[in-house]
Amino acid sequence: MKQKLSLWDIFWTFFKIGAFTFGGGLAMMPVMRREVVHKKNWVDDEEILKILVISESTPGVFAVNSATFIGYKLRKFMGSLVATLGVVLPSLITISIISLFIIQFREIKWVSYMFSGIQVGVAILIFKAALSLSKKLTMTLFTGLVLAIVFLLALFTNINVIILIFLSALAGVVFHYFLSLKEAKQHVA
Amino acid sequence: MWLELLTLFWIFFKIGAFTFGGGYAMIPLMEQEIVGRGYIDLQLFVDFIGISESTPGPISVNMATFIGFHDYGVLGAIVTTTAVILPSFIVILVIAAFGQKFLESKFVKDAFTGLKPAVIGLIFSVAFTLLVRTLFPHIHFTEMIFDFQVFNYRNLIILIVLLAVLFIKKKTSPILLILLSAGLGLLVYALM
Repeated sequence: MKQKLSLWDIFWTFFKIGAFTFGGGLAMMPVMRREVVHKKNWVDDEEILKILVISESTPGVFAVNSATFIGYKLRKFMGSLVATLGVVLPSLITISIISLFIIQFREIKWVSYMFSGIQVGVAILIFKAALSLSKKLTMTLFTGLVLAIVFLLALFTNINVIILIFLSALAGVVFHYFLSLKEAKQHVA
Repeated sequence: MWLELLTLFWIFFKIGAFTFGGGYAMIPLMEQEIVGRGYIDLQLFVDFIGISESTPGPISVNMATFIGFHDYGVLGAIVTTTAVILPSFIVILVIAAFGQKFLESKFVKDAFTGLKPAVIGLIFSVAFTLLVRTLFPHIHFTEMIFDFQVFNYRNLIILIVLLAVLFIKKKTSPILLILLSAGLGLLVYALM
């Protein structure tokens, strides 16, 4: 980079990415690549892949994570700030406008019919999301057990979700600790 | 009001900090913190998800904006949206500045072998609850109430049609599925 990129350019690019991606997550990959890899040459495909891997093991969503990451690469802290602002702002504006009307809107009979249908559609979408995530999971006895136990606990009890997440992560660490102990013993024997 | 906004900020900060695995992973915790605490009811919550799916932007950000706006207008929306993205903003900033060595440590990898299936189990439990309750609205799993007497046959028809569409065209986009379910709702509820 010979000259400093303008913050406005960074903001506007990520604003467009935020405005033209529906559903979030991986759905925004094509738009993201077109804007920051092909049009702007800010990062290459390899870096996009790296961000994807980082996103999988850090909290938050891909859209925001990549905006923060690429923004930092371009203009350090200020870059990450304007990129993140840019990617979030379209949502904030759109949803705020919809929020102004939605409560009264739902009272209209026809609209309430539509939302009754949407309730079913959303249930299916969430189920689909869980299914496609579980296809990516390496199924072992351990992961299968964790999945089943957490499912049942979340379904039938009010145990805090954060506690369930925390305990599962802990179980992963403990399980591998004992696994490595066992391997070490076999090695000695 | 400032105290309530601070509470809301803290709730969404927690939601942002404990979401691993994308937007949908946020729904179980959000449901517990927002519906469970009585900010909004489950039906409105699901309606919000439906709209979030059909408008631009990540679901998590859209949901945060919705709930913040619902209670405290634009100021609330700004507070919740900032709170939900702040944890990942900080984490990614640290990684971008200092590298990702920590993520490659054995400790983190081991933790994720437990965390990943847990998140999937959580999402399945929300999906299962919602699916069952669209058909039998009086069933409450957490209170062990299994009331099968009230049965919503209209939703069953919508469900069957949607599943048939998905069976024929597996790659139906979320927004198309939401629009289709809205149309089906209009049709089935107006006619029957």
